[in-house]
Amino acid sequence: MNVTELTLTELRRRLRQGSVTSVAATEAVLQRIIDLDNDLRAYLTVSDALALEMARDADERRALGEDGPLLGVPIAVKDIICTQGVETTAGSRILEGFIPPYDATVVARLRAAGAVIVGKTNTDEFAMGSSTENSGYVTTRNPWDHEHVPGGSSGGSAAAVAAGLAFGALGTDTGGSVRQPASFCGVVGMRPTYGRVSRWGVIAYASSLDQVGPFGRTVADCAAILQVIAGHDALDSTSIDAPVPDYEAALTGDISGLRIGVPQEYFAEGLDPQVDAAVGRAIEQLEAMGAQTVVISLPHTRYALPAYYLIAPAEASANLARYDGVRYGPRCEGSNVVDTVKQTRALFGAETKRRIMLGTYALSAGYYEAYYGQALKARTLIQNDFLQAFESVDVIAAPTCPTTAFRIGERTADPLSMYLADVLTVPVNLSAGCGLSLPCGFDDAGLPIGMQLIGNTLQEATVLNVAYAYERATGWNRKRPVETR
Amino acid sequence: MELTSEEVKKVADLARLTLSEEEVEQYREQLSAVLDYVEQLNELALDGVTPTTHAVGQQNVLREDEARPSLGLEDVLYNAPAHTRRQFLIQAVLEDE
Repeated sequence: MNVTELTLTELRRRLRQGSVTSVAATEAVLQRIIDLDNDLRAYLTVSDALALEMARDADERRALGEDGPLLGVPIAVKDIICTQGVETTAGSRILEGFIPPYDATVVARLRAAGAVIVGKTNTDEFAMGSSTENSGYVTTRNPWDHEHVPGGSSGGSAAAVAAGLAFGALGTDTGGSVRQPASFCGVVGMRPTYGRVSRWGVIAYASSLDQVGPFGRTVADCAAILQVIAGHDALDSTSIDAPVPDYEAALTGDISGLRIGVPQEYFAEGLDPQVDAAVGRAIEQLEAMGAQTVVISLPHTRYALPAYYLIAPAEASANLARYDGVRYGPRCEGSNVVDTVKQTRALFGAETKRRIMLGTYALSAGYYEAYYGQALKARTLIQNDFLQAFESVDVIAAPTCPTTAFRIGERTADPLSMYLADVLTVPVNLSAGCGLSLPCGFDDAGLPIGMQLIGNTLQEATVLNVAYAYERATGWNRKRPVETR
Repeated sequence: MELTSEEVKKVADLARLTLSEEEVEQYREQLSAVLDYVEQLNELALDGVTPTTHAVGQQNVLREDEARPSLGLEDVLYNAPAHTRRQFLIQAVLEDE
């Protein structure tokens, strides 16, 4: 058996046992990247020298009797998260060549936990997209079928984990960018509660919605990574100062008596019948394990996407004003200082420009109340839907996406059709809850289907345990994509 | 909401973006379609609803105002396309008379 086929928690067990070294695991991953990633394109940068140095260091520490939560485990990091000394572009040409002078808090925590950083994964530019087709560099392919997208924006991280090019990965989820690619690539991905994980050093897209989350091949793998990255950070004033539970210990697999809400609005028109059926069977499985299911209503669900496409672009238009070619990134010299800023900003891709303009318009004098103001009020109604639902249920179960992975190129001409890929993930981002996607079957074409489990504020442990119980009973995660080159 | 080419050009200018005539027309169509879509929000009775700006509302997060080391000059300037070793170098902002 190739070591890259191991789950993160199994690798960690073997590293502790001494039956495999971090150098061996890291070399195997790097070799697999050489073999597969020319076609897959999950990575923008492979930090092979750094990874081997970190692996040697991990093995030396282990030899001295040390241990760490992820000591010696190769992990991939989405290219929107700053890594000291390793190029970080956010998938944008406007940050080409940018070498961060500091680590994001999540990266510093990975390092402190002993993780080996394999490289930086592809993303839609500034995390704006649902397919990685908006990356300024390359489109990542879905490991299950190279003609299909891996989802996005964290498509590189999802594809890397699915294809065995890392044992786990970090992504960011502003409107579904962890859960949606996890669903498309047949892996587990979690968006924690806003504020559970620090945003320090994460290149900003929409600051009130952005959150870092883990990818793993199993629920336990995700729990192990979340354990390391969660917690208060004084450098992020929106970070929540609450104790971090033991997520791995919470995985008991016992869900008897748990109340699971099934929101009727998530099973509405536009849902692929095969996704509908697979998620329906998964919910029956949860019932069979002793959970109690209740049909609930989240009446404002259909307003989440329109509200998101005002709030996120509005915040993005402000956040992206900083890219002017003065302090970092390439500069395109113009006839005067304003012209230089404009010429430099021509490096933004089409979708980024679209969202900057949409946000600028929504915030402009005369339109602010009609658009942005309305969206913030709608957000309150969406948040209240969830608060009300969680008075009578512990977890909500629904599809992650209306469809399985679509074809490369299928939605690029029509921005609205691309936006609709996030219709079932965006509500969580507008709320104060957390969400996870895990595999619950395959469609006729062999593409993975994801089930979404949603929890109330800081209820990550409950969500992870429901996912764990389901995964253990069904084992969809054991099916891996066939290597295609 | 049907945008005009002039509105698209004005918004692009506010955002410091330059668009070709072709892009102006493309964005005019696409942004008009997105605005039509988001106007669904007008179906909601939102008068008197309190706006939500953050998921988990935290207020007045304070810390002691203590001096801490920040990035060194070399680190700060490392990524700059042009600098003088002491400051970022840009074209003149104020024109000579």
